Formats: sequence, C-alpha cells, structure tokens
Amino acid sequence: MIEIKNLSKKIGSTVILDKINLSIKGGEIMGFLGPNGAGKTTTMKIITSFWTPSSGSVEVGGIDVVKNPLEARRKIGYLPENVPLYDEMRVYEYLKFVAEVRGIPKDEIKDKMKKAIDACGLQKVVKKPIEELSKGYKQRVGLAQAIIHEPDILILDEPTTGLDPNQILEIRELIKKIGKEKTVIFSTHILSEVSATCDRTIIINNGKIIAEGRPEELIQRVGGEDIIYVKIKGPYEEVLRVLNNMTNVEKAERVDQEDDRIFGYNIIPKAGFDLREELSMAVMRAGWSILEFSKKKISLEDAFHKLTK
Amino acid sequence: MNKQEYFKTIYALFKKELMSYFNSPIAYIFIGVFLVVVNWLFFKTFFIIGQSSMRGFFDFLPWMFLFLAPALTMRSWAEEKKSGTIEFLLTLPVTDWQVVLAKFFASLIFLFTSLLLTISVPISIMYLGDMDLGPVIGGYLGALFLGGAYLALGLFISALTKNQIIAFVLGIVACFSVFIIGADFSLMGVPSFLAPILKFIGLGSHFFNISKGVIDSKDIIYYCSFIFVFLWLNARIIEARGWK
Repeated sequence: MIEIKNLSKKIGSTVILDKINLSIKGGEIMGFLGPNGAGKTTTMKIITSFWTPSSGSVEVGGIDVVKNPLEARRKIGYLPENVPLYDEMRVYEYLKFVAEVRGIPKDEIKDKMKKAIDACGLQKVVKKPIEELSKGYKQRVGLAQAIIHEPDILILDEPTTGLDPNQILEIRELIKKIGKEKTVIFSTHILSEVSATCDRTIIINNGKIIAEGRPEELIQRVGGEDIIYVKIKGPYEEVLRVLNNMTNVEKAERVDQEDDRIFGYNIIPKAGFDLREELSMAVMRAGWSILEFSKKKISLEDAFHKLTK
Repeated sequence: MNKQEYFKTIYALFKKELMSYFNSPIAYIFIGVFLVVVNWLFFKTFFIIGQSSMRGFFDFLPWMFLFLAPALTMRSWAEEKKSGTIEFLLTLPVTDWQVVLAKFFASLIFLFTSLLLTISVPISIMYLGDMDLGPVIGGYLGALFLGGAYLALGLFISALTKNQIIAFVLGIVACFSVFIIGADFSLMGVPSFLAPILKFIGLGSHFFNISKGVIDSKDIIYYCSFIFVFLWLNARIIEARGWK
C-alpha cells in the first residue's frame, strides 16, 4: 500500500532522512518508533505530501505523492502532532467543513459525519466550540476528521501524547478497530503501545531505519540474553566494581535504590552465558546479601535503548 | 478533478474562511472603529463645506483601508502557521491556489460588508440634498478595487510570517508604500520622464480616477493585475513553505 524508496530529506545542509526504504502492506498497523528528532514526523509529512522529498520516491496506493499529491491525499487521513484544529469552530461545523472540502457528496455528508462522530465517541460534544473541549476530546475530533472520508490509510503522529491512561486506552482501541480494515501508521514514544497495538514496528534513529519487524521479533533479535536483576545490600560503588569485574558479565548497572544500603542492579551477561550461579556465589563471597533475584526478559524498551544508543 | 468540483472545493474553503472572519473579535473591533471614524471625519467637515458630495468621504477611505485591510489579513496565514493548522489544511486534497483564492474572496466579502455598512452616509446626504449618484457608485467601486488590492498584498505578507503583529505592521507599511508611489507629492522629487510610469504603478492614482465616477478599463485592468500578481506570489510562498 505504501512504498517508500530511497527517501532522503535535507533542509539546508542538515540531513533529516537518509535513504529510507520501507514497504507497508494494506491492512497493517505499523508502529513508528524513535527518539525525538529521529525523522518520524518528517517521514509522515512527506507521505502526506505536506513536504516533498529531496530525493527518492513515495507511493501511496500506487500513486506517486509528488506527481499526484491531490489524488494521494484523498487516500490518506492524517492527524498531525499536536492535533491542530480550528478552535473557533464547533465540532459539527468543523467536520462538515472537512467533509465538504474532501468532496464527499452532499447527500452522504450527514451519514459520514454521524459515522465518524459515533466511531470517535463525540456525540456529547457535537455542538460545542472546539476550544472548549478537553485534550482527550480534541484528539477524538482530530481522529474523526481523519476517518470521515473512510480513507485506505490513516497516519497518526503521536496520537496518544498528553492523554491520560484511560484516554490512551480508548485511542488504542480505536486504532485497533480501524486497523482491522485499514492501513494505519502511527508514531509513539510509548513502547508498550507498540507491542500492544502494532503488527509491525519500525525503529528509526538519526534519519535511518535501524530495525524493523514484528515487536516480538525485534525483542528476540536484540535479546537472546536474559538480564538478571538483583537487589544487593552493600556499598554500591564496590558492588558495581565486583559485578563488572566478573568474567562473563557484559555490563552491570545500578538501576534503582531502596535505601542508602540497598540497591538494585541489572546485569547483562555475555552472549550465551548463564550467570545465576556465578553471580550469587560472587556476591556472597564478598559478604553482601541478596535481597531480590530475578531473570528479566529483555523488553522492547531495552531493545530500543540498545538500538538507539 | 473537474471544473465543478474545483469550484465546490474553493467554496467549501471560502465558507470556512468567512466564518472565521465573522467569529473573530478583532475584525469586529476594526469595523466598529472604521465606521465610527469614517462617519465622524466625514460629517465633521461635511456641513461646513455644504455640498452634496461624497468627495471627502472617498478621499480618506484609502487611508482607512490602510489599517483595516492589514487588520483583516494579518491572521489569515500567520495564525495557521503558528497553530499548525496549515499542516492539516495543506494535506487536504486542495491546491495551494484554491486556498489562496478562498482566503482572498472571504476577506473581500468581509470588506465589502463593511463598505456596505457605510451606506448610511450616502443615504443621509441624499436625504439632505440632491447628489449625483455616478461618482458615488464609482467611489464605492474604486474603494472595492483598492481594498481588494490591499487585501491581496496583506494576505501575501501574512504568508511570510508566523507573527500576526508583524503581518499587521508590515502590511500597513507595504500598502502605504504602494499607495504613495504614484501620489502627487512623491512624484515631485522624481525626474519628469519617470513620473507617468510611477503614477501608473501606484495604487492611489487609479483609485482617484475611479472615484471621480469615470470607470476606465485601464484602471480596472491595473487593479486586477495587481491583485493577481500578489495572489500568485502568495501561492508561490506557500508552495515554497520555506521548508519544502
């Protein structure tokens, strides 16, 4: 459905995107992951034809977004970051405006508006001016505008930023529901969201794609080791020194603190080594107590850190 | 997109722009001030002169528009850029040109409405004495063209910045500059062969022609070209987006 070939974007002499190659199938929910400034928003701005590529091509449903931007825009519903809306309009006025500009036939407008309003739970606020809505509702209006013309592709830039946990769940459910039939691309910082919602994840950093695949695949690829979490009562600088000096430890780092003598550590073993026995013996030999000991499965968060270091 | 759909889209955009004008407090404040000042300035000298003419009215209308037009247009692009709605607007299936036209015509209709509200002036005068309607109609027409030119210029300037105040101030400066290029007092310091050229380029001379009641095609063509040039430049600026 979306074919991105060798996409590069420069502004002045700064390279924002560096030969991105990406292929997204119809009906996929794709999570775009990456630190701030990685290029997620830029990529979305180019797919939606708000910006043009410096080089490379983007095709949406077979339509080149540079050669035929209007046609491409018809296939896309887009919710930019920060959900820009016309605050002085009322919800129904705004949605009617979007429907009209998108060329929805006059006799279908009312129906499509109702569908979008129902899908996004806006029934209670339909007559309210947008500036009076809470952030959560504004997000839903933004989403309603993006789906009102029933596009094949939905592009959402950080759709859950700034929402409370309940609202986040609601938006996620909405995305999953819409994603059953349509192609959805959304960007996020919240890694748990990606595992929970996407079929596929793409990790981008510094304008390059550094990893791509199903969330579980990514974890496996970067994992393969199990981190050991251990809580030790002892002076942390010494503990760290001893831990890092162990032969089969790749890296040990302090991750939390219970009180001034008790600290928690993550210990990453060298590939393939089971550190449990060696570790517990080393700690006890040094005269410290182990208060907690568990194997942590490497998470997408750890994978993310590793890949974007 | 066929022709009908093309204009339907412009109309949908136009309605939204017009709605934002009628919802904006600044526009109403300026129109209020505009009407009060215009009526006051005019009637202040009207009875002294004792003539059934709107000459005085049309003489300082350009100066009033000088502030009103930038006040109307300052928000147009600058606010969209600032709030980010421009990213929403320009990812709709619309061309930059369609949006420019919609914004222009909405501002023109709003200006026309404010001109319409000054109808109390000619009606009062006609009540008091006989007035030749030709120059009055010509005056209003000229005012509409002049206003349109200022609006096109103001919209262009609004597209250059995110800051409404800057758009407003620059708009006034720009409109003022274009107006006085051909004004008599600025022509005084200019070599005589240049004078007719500058006079033609300047906005003011054409307005004075029309407001005399004489509608010359030359003046109409001038205004339409002026408006077209700045709408076109407006579209180019939006297309460039600084960041494309």
